[in-house]
Amino acid sequence: MEQPNLSYINSMSGGDKAFEKKLIDIIKGEFPKEKDVYFKNVAAENYKLTADNVHKLKHKISILGLEKSYDVAVNYENNLINGNTNGRIEFESILQIITDFLETL
Amino acid sequence: MNCIIIDDEATARAIIGQLCTNVPSLNVLEDFPNALQAIKYLNQNEIDLIFLDIHMPDFTGFDFIDTIKNPPKIILTTSDPNFAIQAFGYDCIVDYLVKPITPERFKKAIAKAEAIKPSVAKSKSSSQVETTSGNDLYVNIDRRLIKIDIPSIYLIEAKGDYIHVKTEDKNYTVHSTLKKIEEKLPDSLFLKIHRSYIINVDKIIDIEDNSVLIKKDVIPVSRSNRPELMKRLNLL
Repeated sequence: MEQPNLSYINSMSGGDKAFEKKLIDIIKGEFPKEKDVYFKNVAAENYKLTADNVHKLKHKISILGLEKSYDVAVNYENNLINGNTNGRIEFESILQIITDFLETL
Repeated sequence: MNCIIIDDEATARAIIGQLCTNVPSLNVLEDFPNALQAIKYLNQNEIDLIFLDIHMPDFTGFDFIDTIKNPPKIILTTSDPNFAIQAFGYDCIVDYLVKPITPERFKKAIAKAEAIKPSVAKSKSSSQVETTSGNDLYVNIDRRLIKIDIPSIYLIEAKGDYIHVKTEDKNYTVHSTLKKIEEKLPDSLFLKIHRSYIINVDKIIDIEDNSVLIKKDVIPVSRSNRPELMKRLNLL
């Protein structure tokens, strides 16, 4: 399974370590909240709002260098817009991988 | 260039802010988690460039552009490449950046923005509900009275000091209250179903226990307003 990395963050920070730390802290604060909202909406079968949540989480997936996972999220978002949850298991495993990774930072 | 950043995601605001620090000609004055806060700021400040997210809850980037008169240059920032064609229908949009934004692509967008001269002098904007005439409602947006066909309105939502008027064709943000606009609308067509929402009853698609589907919007119905809503329906 694809693993997250900090390549993008390092490339756009221009070597600014303070910014890298600040950005990681923001992600560590924002990601769990977005994830919670996602799980709440998917449990309520509110697929339009769930698609919005996936849309927002997609950005963090891409920031963490998860290119294949990003495609999974795009497909899942489209499925949710069409009212089905195909791709849910894969997507949620990506969320877990990111959760685990952020705990190491 | 004085610029602001509008994005509901803190991570995105931080990244764009950092990318801006590497461009000496950019001066980030403020960032905003939603467009409505930015509208208030634009009313009081001269801005040359806006980094604007498209996909935001309640009030999208396009809603925002439709609302402001004489918008400054705008660089759209989005995770969704599918809006590009729509984006270039707007003269004010100088570029379209797909997230995650790389420093190289960001610099190209800034170069494009710097190459374009400011079009027209920006005026301070204000807006309010004004008057009705037959089937029309006039709203004052940026000192222009804009006519809205009343039957085309399907939803009005209160958002702080503003109301968001949604019609079949376009959305408008007006500095007013739900109470004021309610007085201007025919009771036969419109009904307040929640302290923050008035709907056009003719546009209802379906009703669940405590919500109404109207176009693509799911709107809550408060317990106290539900009996009146049920009375208005032609129930079999």
